[in-house]
Amino acid sequence: MQLTVWTYEGPPHVGAMRVATGMEGLHYVLHAPQGDTYADLLFTMIERRDRRPPVTYTTFSARDLGGDTAELFKTAAQNAHDRFQPQAMLVGASCTGSLIQDDPGGLARALALPIPVVAVDLPAYQRKENWGAAETFYQLVRALAGPSAPAPGTARPERAAGVRARCNLLGPTALGFRHRDDIVEITSLLAKLGIDVNVTAPMGATPADIARLGQADFNAVLYPEIAGQAASWLQRTFGQPFTKTVPIGVSATREFVAEVAKFAGVDASATLASASTRLPWYSRSVDSTYLTGKRVFIFGDASHAVAAARIASDELGFKVVGLGTYSREFGREIREAAKRYDVEPLITDDYLEVEVKVAELQPELVLGTQMERHIAKRLGVPCAVISAPVHVQDFPARYAPQMGFEGANVIFDTWVHPLMMGLEEHLLAMFKDDFEFKDGAVPSHLGAGHSTPAAGGPVQPPSNASNIAVVWAVDAEKELYKIPFFVRGKARRNTERFANENGVATITIETLYDAKAHYAR
Amino acid sequence: MNVHVQECPVAADVAPKPVRRENGQREVFCGLTGIVWLHRKIQDAFFLVVGSRTCAHLIQSAAGVMIFAEPRFATAIMEEKDLAGLTDANDELDRIVAQLIARRPEIRLLFLVGSCPSEVIKLDLSRAALRLSQKFSPAVRILNYSGSGIETTFTQGEDACLASLVPAAPPTRTSEDQLLIVGSLADVVEDQFIRLFDALGIGRVQFLPPRKASALPAIGSNTRFLLAQPFLADTARALEDRGAVRLAAPFPLGVEGTTAWLRAAADAFGVAPTLFDAVTQPHRIRADRALFRYRDQLSGRRIFLFPDSQLEIPLARFLSRELSMQLVEVGTPYLHREHLAEELGLLPDDVVLSEGQDVDLQLDRCRAARPDLVVCGLGLANPLEAEGMTTKWSIELVFTPIQGYEQATDLAELFARPLVRRAKLVA
Ligand code: SF4
Ligand code: SF4
Repeated sequence: MQLTVWTYEGPPHVGAMRVATGMEGLHYVLHAPQGDTYADLLFTMIERRDRRPPVTYTTFSARDLGGDTAELFKTAAQNAHDRFQPQAMLVGASCTGSLIQDDPGGLARALALPIPVVAVDLPAYQRKENWGAAETFYQLVRALAGPSAPAPGTARPERAAGVRARCNLLGPTALGFRHRDDIVEITSLLAKLGIDVNVTAPMGATPADIARLGQADFNAVLYPEIAGQAASWLQRTFGQPFTKTVPIGVSATREFVAEVAKFAGVDASATLASASTRLPWYSRSVDSTYLTGKRVFIFGDASHAVAAARIASDELGFKVVGLGTYSREFGREIREAAKRYDVEPLITDDYLEVEVKVAELQPELVLGTQMERHIAKRLGVPCAVISAPVHVQDFPARYAPQMGFEGANVIFDTWVHPLMMGLEEHLLAMFKDDFEFKDGAVPSHLGAGHSTPAAGGPVQPPSNASNIAVVWAVDAEKELYKIPFFVRGKARRNTERFANENGVATITIETLYDAKAHYAR
Repeated sequence: MNVHVQECPVAADVAPKPVRRENGQREVFCGLTGIVWLHRKIQDAFFLVVGSRTCAHLIQSAAGVMIFAEPRFATAIMEEKDLAGLTDANDELDRIVAQLIARRPEIRLLFLVGSCPSEVIKLDLSRAALRLSQKFSPAVRILNYSGSGIETTFTQGEDACLASLVPAAPPTRTSEDQLLIVGSLADVVEDQFIRLFDALGIGRVQFLPPRKASALPAIGSNTRFLLAQPFLADTARALEDRGAVRLAAPFPLGVEGTTAWLRAAADAFGVAPTLFDAVTQPHRIRADRALFRYRDQLSGRRIFLFPDSQLEIPLARFLSRELSMQLVEVGTPYLHREHLAEELGLLPDDVVLSEGQDVDLQLDRCRAARPDLVVCGLGLANPLEAEGMTTKWSIELVFTPIQGYEQATDLAELFARPLVRRAKLVA
């Protein structure tokens, strides 16, 4: 057993739902108790979808257990087929459904429905959401595209001269972090290169579309967490190469363009030359000087976290002080990236462990998930969300991709906004004594309706940061209040930590400045 | 899926109302969800769900990932190895509980909450609770109940939780009659009722659940109890087993419901009718006057209630009698005929009641009827809005203080606002 308060990922069948809900013409029949229908609200509320997810739950109850739950499953599957007339059906069980061992695949086969039925067996007590999505997508691709596979060993026929190259975009799902907009961005980038999109999947694809994945020349993998396994199979089966770079950030987008250009045999130089992105210039502009060496902590799914670290370090000039993920499947990738920034990789799905790490590292910016937004708020640190799990506000009404050149622009804005701007920082320091500058004002990104941190600065980090009670001398405390409020919390923590580490019981003005000198970079 | 309409007798003197019974896909939360409000209500209790990642994800999603302090609930997620052998799972549970109590030394009452997986593998949580109680008493008391989706729907989790508290409550010390209010109410509502009972001369009112688990009410054959919620069947039975007597009444929603509910207590405690009138009348008049504006907005509007919290029938009674709304269909996940007898008697004769659910069929009926307002769960609301219907989240009715005189208008406002909003929007 594992003790959990919050979790980053849902169970694997929720991953399967993300694939099914992203697609069209597919229906998922899930052997599950009634409470499991909560998953619908992830899509209709958090993502604000205007349709129910295409899922029928059997919603068996205790009194059914003694009777015939298998019959219940068959009835539900038959009814779902008759009512929704899908092109294909996905069948499976949730964690409780799998314990009663009814074999949804076998039961569905017995119904002899006139459509392909794909059974996905997701080990609910071992695996989680992203894995479930990847496995589901892979099984769907095998089952639906498999029949048109060439005989093993057959070489891919050459593309006829004058025919534009075609690729598939793989990986976007329902509830994905900005997947909806990333598809638009990457599709238009490919169009500029003269490459057509054969199928985008799972998002927007029908089972019939999945069946023609093999017709593309190569695959662009936007989100390896979900499409990695399917892409490898397509490579083995249809000889389609696939991209390795996730196009998030300016450099990564350029590399991605080079990769696809090579696969498609096109010249990318014109597209790269005309690429419209303001990130590099904004980063060089004088106002951005203040970003230099800002300490940033990054946590999220592996793709977004690795990409974020690269942007933070190479494109914004931050210092990456922490990098981690909850996706154990991608531990290797995170460890490699962490080496590049010389930080200890944090691979965990215990958000309390992440909180302790953030408190300990005292970053000036947190890039994380909805969980880290809460952690950062508690600690009074600015934060931007870069990865699922997310909140309804992370599905903005405006166009806000993360990928491609426009994605880089969006990223510049969203990461930099929680911070104070360059000149602003100096002006605030200058005018800090003016009455308009309300003490204790919260950074604007935390928004109205959020509780103002307790008087005297942001909430203290969990007590493991300072273990002995230290006392502030009156004049030292006065001096502390001369420090601008937006850095005061940090100054207080640093000084207390310094006092603790040096066995100082009463903090004087001297201690304050000793600590300042100690922590100065 | 079988649907059949059958006659069911309610109170002897009321004509039985037909109930449509459905048994198909339900779109209702499981009983674990009750934790989201119970952990706020019982301030020194902690809820440990023994379940799967799905259970953990459910309470997290039901709480809207909203709480940013560490909440007083958690999940012990079972893993492959726990399913293999049961002794193993018990050891694991002991380890997790020890870990939790070490982390949160302020816990006085710990609920082990059963889930579908723990029930299907027959993990005996009542034995575990006993074993662990011996180990951690007197510092921590450990109880158990089931919030599983195979046993309970949404609010029934609260019922199971409160029922588990009853055997732990001390016996009454005096022989004088005592009043017990059963069901979680917002603190502000509790305080209003306390003032009213005081004015009526019914002193020493106790509440279940109490705000502090360490202050469980005393229960005995001199306990008279009023249900504040319609979903407390097991709790009522447990109280009756201890000799307590239920005072039959409608539920305290709206002016009429609140008055009848208070009157049931007043009658049982021999309060003079003149005193009752003197105490309640100013409240009744004020609340009734405040409802006027909403009657204007809501009267004649057609409303469809999907089954969710079991509050549907008292709500329908309030909406039809005090706001003159027309009831298209009133769904409830479960209909307790005895506890709802007074409510059923107050519903219009031609009311369409449904118990259980087959969500697709019910959606078909709803679409065909095109009501002005639909009360439904979180999963259905946006899709219905997209089809042009106006909706209200049923869960808000559980989280918002709606009982009592002072809240009657808040309750009406919950139904009026979606209609006002729809009328306002032009684009
Ligand atoms: S229905 Fe059962 S398995 Fe699902 S969340 Fe509720 S208790 Fe857990
Ligand atoms: S507190 Fe803020 S970030 Fe957290 S859930 Fe509420 S709105 Fe979202």
